[in-house]
Amino acid sequence: MSASVTLPPRAGIGLKAEHVLRILDERPAIGFVEIHAENYMVDGGPRLRHLEAVRSRWPLSVHGVGLSIGGEGPPDRVHLGRLKALVDRFRPTAVSEHLAWSSHGGEHLPDLLPLPYTAATLARVVDHVDEVQQTLGRAILLENPSTYVRFAQDTMEETAFLAAIADRTGCGLLLDVNNVVVSAANHGFDPEAWIRRFPLDRVGEIHLAGYAETRDGAGRRLLIDAHGSPVAPEVEALYRFVLRLAGPRPTLVEWDNDVPSLETLLWQQDRADRAILAECGAAVPA
Amino acid sequence: MTWTDVHSTEARFARALLDPARPVPWDLADPAGHADALRLAVHRNTVSAALTGALEARFPTVRRLVGDAFFRAVARTFAAIDRPRSPLLHEYGTGFPDFVADFRPADAVPYLADVARVDDAWMRAYVAADADPLSLDRLAALDPEALAGASLVPHPATSLVVSPHPAGSIWMAHRSDPVGPVADWRGEGVLVVRPDASVDVHVLPGRDVAFAAAVLTGRPLAEAAAAVTDPAFDFGRALVGLVSAGAFVAVTPALGDPA
Amino acid sequence: MNRRTLALALAGSFATAALAMAPVEGVQAQGTEKCYGVALKGKNDCAAGPGTTCAGTSTVDYQGNAWKVVPAGTCATMEVPGGRKGSLQALARDVPRG
Repeated sequence: MSASVTLPPRAGIGLKAEHVLRILDERPAIGFVEIHAENYMVDGGPRLRHLEAVRSRWPLSVHGVGLSIGGEGPPDRVHLGRLKALVDRFRPTAVSEHLAWSSHGGEHLPDLLPLPYTAATLARVVDHVDEVQQTLGRAILLENPSTYVRFAQDTMEETAFLAAIADRTGCGLLLDVNNVVVSAANHGFDPEAWIRRFPLDRVGEIHLAGYAETRDGAGRRLLIDAHGSPVAPEVEALYRFVLRLAGPRPTLVEWDNDVPSLETLLWQQDRADRAILAECGAAVPA
Repeated sequence: MTWTDVHSTEARFARALLDPARPVPWDLADPAGHADALRLAVHRNTVSAALTGALEARFPTVRRLVGDAFFRAVARTFAAIDRPRSPLLHEYGTGFPDFVADFRPADAVPYLADVARVDDAWMRAYVAADADPLSLDRLAALDPEALAGASLVPHPATSLVVSPHPAGSIWMAHRSDPVGPVADWRGEGVLVVRPDASVDVHVLPGRDVAFAAAVLTGRPLAEAAAAVTDPAFDFGRALVGLVSAGAFVAVTPALGDPA
Repeated sequence: MNRRTLALALAGSFATAALAMAPVEGVQAQGTEKCYGVALKGKNDCAAGPGTTCAGTSTVDYQGNAWKVVPAGTCATMEVPGGRKGSLQALARDVPRG
């Protein structure tokens, strides 16, 4: 089950309510537009009208944050039904979710929470991805998480875990380069070595973002995947490393907290486009 | 997958996430061994910020009335007892107005809960299903004799907040910067509708509030009108006003049906 | 009110309805004959309500124990009848943990 149509191999931006009217009016040169699925799971109103208009002009990527694919229980079927309705209506070019959980015992915890990497959790996540793909009738992209803790039970390395999910389900992968930098700093591994182990041929989309920096209780550098600042030089360098290995890929600049002006988002998008041009020599379509 | 399952890694994580008094679960690790508490606190903080942020976005007028710090304190207290059941954060906080009504530190601001109800009605209208409102033309085409026994079907976006305080005028005063004055301090019926793309908030004439409330609960028009005691009430004016605001989608029995 | 009265009242209202009932932009004094109620359209649309994020945050939001909050919003300055202000009590209490 693989997606026959893919996003253009250039940079896009996330759709924010405060920018949507200007985007529709000024039609900036954006490679694609990404939305959070849950924000459009409404019965009607301006959000859906704006999305119809955006969808008619740019390729659309639907990024879910609430399916809890990494959870112990099966995906919430009511919520999966909502996602299917959204995907059926807007026919996005890409649909993605996270390797994380966010629901437990019928309650929703609005965060992307980590899971142990073991043979048992792998089997469970594979089942969940299968169910999601069967329901949607298409392949999804699964995103690598940013993590602050690991589990004593871990028996698998993260890249092997993600590669096995992709192999067994046929899903694609969403490579979040900022998450790699964040997790590498928090757990003390080499981000370039992580990238070399990662199945780059399965990557259907890349995410970039800014991180925040703090210290843990022992005074160690702790990075937080905060999406509230420009892409850090360290992240751009690793992104360029990925581009040299993998070639041009659709790339989203995420900026969700303290949303800046549209000009700032477009400037970040332009930086990603220039990186694609510089590392891959591909002409960036106007 | 219950909260108390001792074999569930997820239950252990979730319990520790929501209760900082609990120790970091034994199976969480960092490069030095057992995970530092501040690492788990990153998740705790994100969950807390997401919930207070959702309430801030749904109740902007309440936030402005009490200020950021007080609002966050109320929101955190609410979030401790009423957590979302769904990943749809625009549905979170429907119980917040009732919570505010019972929140003792805000007793000196008795209108706060009703202003929260207007904020809440605005959000529900904003995401409600689209529907063509019942037009004045269609109402005018109806045999007036048939109207007495007819009921009106509310538009999915419509709601009415009836308050002993000027909740609508206070709400509107907070649309401007600086906040405008509230000229007339008395109870109000606030009608929130979205006949098309944008949400409208109407402060109803006082004499029409009881009629509007009765019609919106589906009572036949003659019955709704008979319940009004205000001598200034004008049935035609009130009905035309509510219909032209876009508060309804249909008449039942349907036009042309026997009454 | 009987059916005949309702019918007459309604017939009389349609004549002036189109002119009299159009919602008016902005805050308008209550009781004017030009409009039905006081109406405000759309001004909140750019603040489009709660949304999701897939990011963490480093802004510390959580406080678990006793805290004190002095209200600083508009309710402290808004005039209410009798000339008093609707000031909130300063919050200083133990809040349930969450």
